[in-house]
Amino acid sequence: MPPARPERAAYRAGPKLENNRTAPTTGSHMTAFIQYTLQGLALGGFYALAALGLAVIFGVLGVVNFSHGACYMLGAVGAAVLLDATGLGFWWALPLMTIAMFLFGVLMERLLVQWLLRLDPLYNFLLTFGLTLLLVDVVKRKYGVSGLPYPLPAGLDGRITLGAVSLSTYQVFAAVFSISVCLAVWLVLTKTRVGMIVRASTEDAERSRALGINVSRWVTPVFGFGIALAGLAGVLRAPTGSVTADMGSFFIIILFAVVVIGGLGSILGAVVAGFLVGLVEAYGQGYAGRFSQVFIFMLMALVILVRPSGLFGREEAAS
Amino acid sequence: MQRTTSRQTLAVLATAVTGSLVLAACGGAGGPSSGGGKISDGKVVIGLLNDQSGVYKDLSGPNSKVAIQMAIDDYKAKYGDKAVAKDIEIVAADHQNKPDVANTKAQEMYDRDKADIILDVPTSSAALAVATQAKAKKKLFIDIGAGTTALTGAQCNKYTFHWAYDTYMLASGTGAALVEGGGKNWSIVYPDYAFGQDMTKSFTAAVERAGGTVQQKIATPFPNENFATFITKAGSSKPDVIGIMAAGGDLVNFVKQYNQAGMADKAKLAVGLMFITDIHSLGVDQFKGTTFTDAWYWNFDAQNKAWADKFKAKTNTRPSFAHAGNYSAAFNYLEAVQAAGTDKSDDIVKQLEGKKINDMFLRNGEVRAADHNVIHDVYQVKVKSKDQVKEEWDYEEVVKTIPAADAYGPANPACKMG
Repeated sequence: MPPARPERAAYRAGPKLENNRTAPTTGSHMTAFIQYTLQGLALGGFYALAALGLAVIFGVLGVVNFSHGACYMLGAVGAAVLLDATGLGFWWALPLMTIAMFLFGVLMERLLVQWLLRLDPLYNFLLTFGLTLLLVDVVKRKYGVSGLPYPLPAGLDGRITLGAVSLSTYQVFAAVFSISVCLAVWLVLTKTRVGMIVRASTEDAERSRALGINVSRWVTPVFGFGIALAGLAGVLRAPTGSVTADMGSFFIIILFAVVVIGGLGSILGAVVAGFLVGLVEAYGQGYAGRFSQVFIFMLMALVILVRPSGLFGREEAAS
Repeated sequence: MQRTTSRQTLAVLATAVTGSLVLAACGGAGGPSSGGGKISDGKVVIGLLNDQSGVYKDLSGPNSKVAIQMAIDDYKAKYGDKAVAKDIEIVAADHQNKPDVANTKAQEMYDRDKADIILDVPTSSAALAVATQAKAKKKLFIDIGAGTTALTGAQCNKYTFHWAYDTYMLASGTGAALVEGGGKNWSIVYPDYAFGQDMTKSFTAAVERAGGTVQQKIATPFPNENFATFITKAGSSKPDVIGIMAAGGDLVNFVKQYNQAGMADKAKLAVGLMFITDIHSLGVDQFKGTTFTDAWYWNFDAQNKAWADKFKAKTNTRPSFAHAGNYSAAFNYLEAVQAAGTDKSDDIVKQLEGKKINDMFLRNGEVRAADHNVIHDVYQVKVKSKDQVKEEWDYEEVVKTIPAADAYGPANPACKMG
């Protein structure tokens, strides 16, 4: 803002007042605010989906999956490669990459993660961190650093306009899609038998076993599922962002902020915090430009100060 | 319970890591270095210092080594037995776009590898660090990849030359062209770090010189993923032109979201700095009609094309202007060695200063003695639409050639050559 203000003021005060731009009124301020809000909500839906997998994996396995950003990247890069190699576009990539990333997650859990589950959680954290470096460099080596092209899917390239505010059709689609997935995951975990088993296994693995539940059977698919969600988010991102090896490297930081704000392992928390962070970022961009990202981390710091376990973190962690 | 403690620990850990990563993210990507080389006097050693693994790898990176090798081959072919420099070696290193790494690597190159000259060095802050080393060690440095005008301004020195482009030239080309075409009112969106600020300053000056106005200058964080709200804001003053000063992934993010915001119909898009690799990675569709200034384009004429074909045979890709610039700088350096009969820095500087050059890269080129800016004709280009593209990498339509003097303006008065 500081660079814009004196510039505009000087311009208006100047003798050659030739611009036909109307001065901002309360109405246009309101319109802008509504526009920012909608953009924030759309962004929030996406953050929620991307953070959901992180929350699920932590909730069920107690693993802080640092490679979530890399898996998100793999989803997007995979979609771009799929398009280039086979011509299969976005609508194919959504299910295919999700399945592929699920299998990748299963492999990752079977081959690597499971061996460290009994050790200090730090080991798995380091493992997934190392895996991130590896995956990013492999993609760089294979596909370069400047990224891969990925077009908007046909039919979603327009705008949806309501009065003075308007959003791109794709943005609206991505938000609605993300929210639906979040809702579905929440329903599965809370309302179905499978969900109950998974939750019981995480709450008290010993007692669940004693009751005849094969706990370890569920660990692998849940991990795969979390990774699949990251891949899905990546595919969803591909049409609207840069598809590069590094795309997850910064994104993971925002995701950690989201899950920390929401409360580690809490699915509802991840969703609510996703929207909060989306809104904070949009308002930040609208009213404080360069500081828009700072606000996200200020929000994080604030939440931790007031509620160390996050907005919806489990009480046991708050003691 | 054990479980409780570990959860707590993890929560704290994740928080701490998130925080520290925010700080780390400002640094940029690391990577292996491929430095090293044999110490040998009686040899001309050319040091190539650039980004071998990060965001600028594709637009220059390892393929610039190929370009320099082509220059060496051409030099040897031209002079044969009469060549003064018989033994020419290239040492390459990765500076990871970090000024401190660039500083150390430049020292190593000059001292340990006995480099007579360092080439390329993208990232302005890294380039300025190397310029300081060149001055201290009295060894040559020709910058190709960085854009800052400080190299030929306040921080110029006797041993540093700036070969391909700078922010002044980018701004005067694109800014003036669009204002003349009716784009009087501008909004500029820029990443809030040295390059973005420098570009915004240059563009504002160029637009105002041409009679236009910059109504909004919007700073964004760097790096940044989501530009939707910034784009809404930039469009709120109903500008004729929206200028974006971001590079790399941020540029791609911006352009995709700019098109999705339907802005392409409302305002012209001007990209401050664009490399052909950016168009390649995003696809021509996204950039269709975008105006920018290019220092060199491979498919401009037969001479460029012939060189680009040779380059493609070795690398399987088309050259960016940075590749061609590295070739030109290396070749002209060797020509200077040939003319001077030695590789002593002061003699080479004397050879280069004021030299008028016409080669594959430089048209109507001149190594300006006053500030060591190597000025040359540059090109106002427009990105082709998909049906105009005849082959891969055939993305640019040269609208106008901008004469060297117009593009670079007068010599920088801030430069006091010591």
